[in-house]
Amino acid sequence: MSFLQLTGATVLGFFRAVGHITHFTIVAVSHCFRPPFYFQLIWRQIVEIGYYSLPVVGLTTVFAGMVLALQSYTGFARFAAGAESSIAKVVVLSITRELAPVLAGLMVAARVGSSIAAEIGTMRVTEQIDALTTLATEPFKYLVAPRVIAGIATLPVLILIGDVIGIFGGYIVAVYKLDFNAAIYLKNTWEFVQFTDVFSGLVKATVFGFVTTLMGCYQGYFSKGGAQGVGTATINAVVSSAILILILNYMITAMFFGA
Amino acid sequence: MKTPKIKLKNVHKRFGDKVVLDGLDLEIMPGESLVIIGGSGTGKSVTIKCILGLLTPDIGEIEIDGQSVLDISPVERNTINARIGMLFQHAALFDSLSVWENVAFGLIEGQGMLASTARDIALEKMAAVGLAEDTAEMHPSDLSGGMRKRVGLARAIAINPEIIFFDEPTTGLDPIMGDIINQLIVETTQNIGATGLSITHDMSSARKIADRIAMLYKGKIIWHGAVEEIEKTKNEFLRQFINGNSEGPIDFETAII
Repeated sequence: MSFLQLTGATVLGFFRAVGHITHFTIVAVSHCFRPPFYFQLIWRQIVEIGYYSLPVVGLTTVFAGMVLALQSYTGFARFAAGAESSIAKVVVLSITRELAPVLAGLMVAARVGSSIAAEIGTMRVTEQIDALTTLATEPFKYLVAPRVIAGIATLPVLILIGDVIGIFGGYIVAVYKLDFNAAIYLKNTWEFVQFTDVFSGLVKATVFGFVTTLMGCYQGYFSKGGAQGVGTATINAVVSSAILILILNYMITAMFFGA
Repeated sequence: MKTPKIKLKNVHKRFGDKVVLDGLDLEIMPGESLVIIGGSGTGKSVTIKCILGLLTPDIGEIEIDGQSVLDISPVERNTINARIGMLFQHAALFDSLSVWENVAFGLIEGQGMLASTARDIALEKMAAVGLAEDTAEMHPSDLSGGMRKRVGLARAIAINPEIIFFDEPTTGLDPIMGDIINQLIVETTQNIGATGLSITHDMSSARKIADRIAMLYKGKIIWHGAVEEIEKTKNEFLRQFINGNSEGPIDFETAII
């Protein structure tokens, strides 16, 4: 195959994939708004995605907050006397705007995206999705919509909890390791944080929840070729979710805070 | 003249360069049990998937009760599928659900029946295929291949379908369990008066289940007739297939597509 043919095939393949994903997204979203709604399945997914992701999100954000406080302290000390007093502000700003949504979003993409892709992919290759259709049940409504709804509903709550835990991590290091005054640290944190900081993080979380569950469902739904196909779908779900999270993170940041 | 329950006319289906169905014509009358035989990869499963709407033919017509089932809305498709039962080759049971929930799935999700009522019907259908009540709370992963087929059969007949499809019903089973499943298929299909379409390459299964047999080769029906006629046939392709000879007119290089 010549270079030109290869380039053409790649470009066409890219646009075909974009069209395919767009169509899948439109159908999936439309099923989120049309009855019947499987409330029991939605609740099960909320528990699966939200509750069981709490430990990993908590660990990620607490250590992110702790490291941030430590790094800021030693870093700021190099170039300005007294800059250490800004640590509380740096921690709260970084955690709420960036670290909690992005790091936790990536962790959830790895945990939940892979799990969804593997489960739906296995259902595809073992004909369980075909069985759903023959039993007069729409697979999009039964499999995709509950996961997408749960992802959108759960991620903001997870990130909000992650914000609190991350700020608490910074507080622990600042107060117990760096000997900051606890009351002043908390006062600085509370006075500096603005509604937009937290809100932008929650918007990111909502979008990341949508993207992660959608990519997991998409890759699983179209997996083929047995166990190897399910493995490939799982990898693709995590990689595509992670890439989209990073791209969308920039776009949302630019939307809220761009000049 | 009676309207066929299922009618396929000039159905073509290809995947890339591979032609799977090449002008398939088929009619199944109400209450009849037709078995399609043919080697692996000759398009048997694709035929059933086209009728169920899981695949769309490139060209051709598919009718159920004289009504076209192509180019219909998802809601209309669900209405049609609610009249059809299907036993998959490997049962395709839902791993996350218990046995009774699998059997009752079409009643609860497809027909909106109350779970308690659906459970009673599921237990009744399980009994009809020889499954004890204590298996109701088990999960598919706890079952043997034969039991999984029974659960799949109970799920297929739970909605009292007008049409039942059986995809390789005896594959992976020992001969005795295969015969038990065949017998159950005959009994349950007759009890609910359903029209049956089975696909298999197991001739003992075909002889037991079928009223009529059709042989699929290179995407076309090359022979069809009553089950009694199969032994007297002079069709060289069919004779090679039912006798299991490696020598004969069947081209296995191109049959496996």
